[in-house]
Amino acid sequence: MIEVRGLTKRYGDKVAVNDLSFSIEPGTVTGFLGPNGAGKTTTMRCILGLDYPTAGTVTIGGKRYADLAYPMREVGALLDPKAVHGGRSAYNHLLCLAQTNGLPKKRVDAALELVGLSEVARKRSKGFSLGMSQRLGIAGTLLGDPQVLMFDEPVNGLDPEGILWIRNLMKALAAEGRTVFVSSHLMSEMENTADHLIVVGRGKLIADCTMKEFIARSSGSAVRVKTTAPDELVLAIAAEGGNATAGTDGTLTVQDMAAEKVGDIAFEKGIRLHELTTVRASLEEAFMELTADSVEYRAEVPAVARIEG
Amino acid sequence: MATTTAPSGVLLEKLPPASGKAGMPGVIRSEWTKIRSVRSTYWTLIVLVVVGIGLGALICYATENRFTHLGHGAGLGFDATARSLTAFSELGQLVMMVLGAMAITAEYTTGMIRTSLTTMPRRGTVYAAKGLVFGVMAFVVSIVTAFIAFFLGQSILHSTGASATLSDPNVLRAIIGTALYVTVIGLMSFAFGAIIRHTAGTIATMVGVLFILPLIVEVLPSDWTNDVNKWLPGSAGGQLMATVAGSSDSTLFSAWGQFGVTVGYTVILLIIGAFLFRKRDA
Repeated sequence: MIEVRGLTKRYGDKVAVNDLSFSIEPGTVTGFLGPNGAGKTTTMRCILGLDYPTAGTVTIGGKRYADLAYPMREVGALLDPKAVHGGRSAYNHLLCLAQTNGLPKKRVDAALELVGLSEVARKRSKGFSLGMSQRLGIAGTLLGDPQVLMFDEPVNGLDPEGILWIRNLMKALAAEGRTVFVSSHLMSEMENTADHLIVVGRGKLIADCTMKEFIARSSGSAVRVKTTAPDELVLAIAAEGGNATAGTDGTLTVQDMAAEKVGDIAFEKGIRLHELTTVRASLEEAFMELTADSVEYRAEVPAVARIEG
Repeated sequence: MATTTAPSGVLLEKLPPASGKAGMPGVIRSEWTKIRSVRSTYWTLIVLVVVGIGLGALICYATENRFTHLGHGAGLGFDATARSLTAFSELGQLVMMVLGAMAITAEYTTGMIRTSLTTMPRRGTVYAAKGLVFGVMAFVVSIVTAFIAFFLGQSILHSTGASATLSDPNVLRAIIGTALYVTVIGLMSFAFGAIIRHTAGTIATMVGVLFILPLIVEVLPSDWTNDVNKWLPGSAGGQLMATVAGSSDSTLFSAWGQFGVTVGYTVILLIIGAFLFRKRDA
């Protein structure tokens, strides 16, 4: 289990992570969400001992990362797939990593096979595409058969095939009972893979909850109704304490009232309904709402032009 | 390489359990893999061997050809050993400077350092293993090159009657000492590399220390020049090579004493480098 307690990291005047505390439970896929510049990478660097925290502690199974007997057997981390010496072949790159932890050579071949890089094992990684570099990095994380895997923005810049591959891999790793800690600013990506979410904005914790709770917490769930008598229904709902507004396409959007209740009201008043749908806020919207105040660099964009990711 | 879907179920076989702790032996193996698996290592060492031996032979050949014109007469004051080692000593410094710097700065410029320190977070061990592997490799290549340069040079100079043999005074010290000197220069560059973390900056600093500093000292008043020269890290090269009275510099320390100055600076820099390597964010 990874435990982050009161983690603070300052670079000069700039506070990258501010008093952050959370735990990552074993055997789950935990999504680490936040806008760019929220401190996700910094947090991961502190977990791995690459950066020293200004304050606070990070432990893995109760130990500091640097004190782990065989780090690669406990944590496999990929922060930057391009953080390799491009002049070295894929095989030699993995070999020099494996040797630090006394892992056998045949492990390197097995890992290359697993990620589908066997054919280019002797090629220098300089010429690799981002997708191939990503696979090479992932092969490195799997060498030591670690219980915990950490990936920083693993689908960033990948083509759809690469994204699908990573997604399946993370699911397969989780299915084996491993802990997967994965950061992203792509909310839609998390919706498909993560069980648990840790959301940060401007270096601070915004939410630490399950995926379901996170979506439920957002106030955005509403009921959409299509009816032949909208004016009548608006009044009936208002009488029961709800709030219905007419949309441009002839539908009503009802706030603060469950779909069942809306249906009951319509039934009692004899109003004919053509549609009755609960519209749940997507993770994307829930996220936008929660981090609205914590986006570091905001561009003024009209709501309709909101670009995913 | 088009496996779109990762296999479900067991991804990799389980590893047998390990006891103890990952440490120095594995990291040394890893650093050796690193240094032998990039082309720049081979290119620079080939340059050292070919030019160090080739240029040395050429200098000896030119000397042999014009020996009587050079005023050496019966060979008085002529240092055949130093003549055969000069090319190796000068070029060796340059090559080891580049290799020593790259041994550590290449990790920073490529970003590999973050991957390296993630797999082995005990930084003191990584730093020591890196320095050790580089130092041993540099010394082995240097000592072999120095001996070949010496023997080839002497065989060319043989006809002059002024050539040296291994049993002549100071000759063995000159060969081994020069090899040690270029190795230590490489380690000094390695230490600067750990401090500066940038290849070009490190090499520029080393060039300044070894080649520019002596030129600046040269323009000082002459009584100062002699005092300052003794304390320059690059003054040991010539002293170590010299085997006869006429070719060594009497204003400097003795060969090993002057070498001690170079080693002293290097040790201090290596300690500062180690401290910064451990304390700074990677």
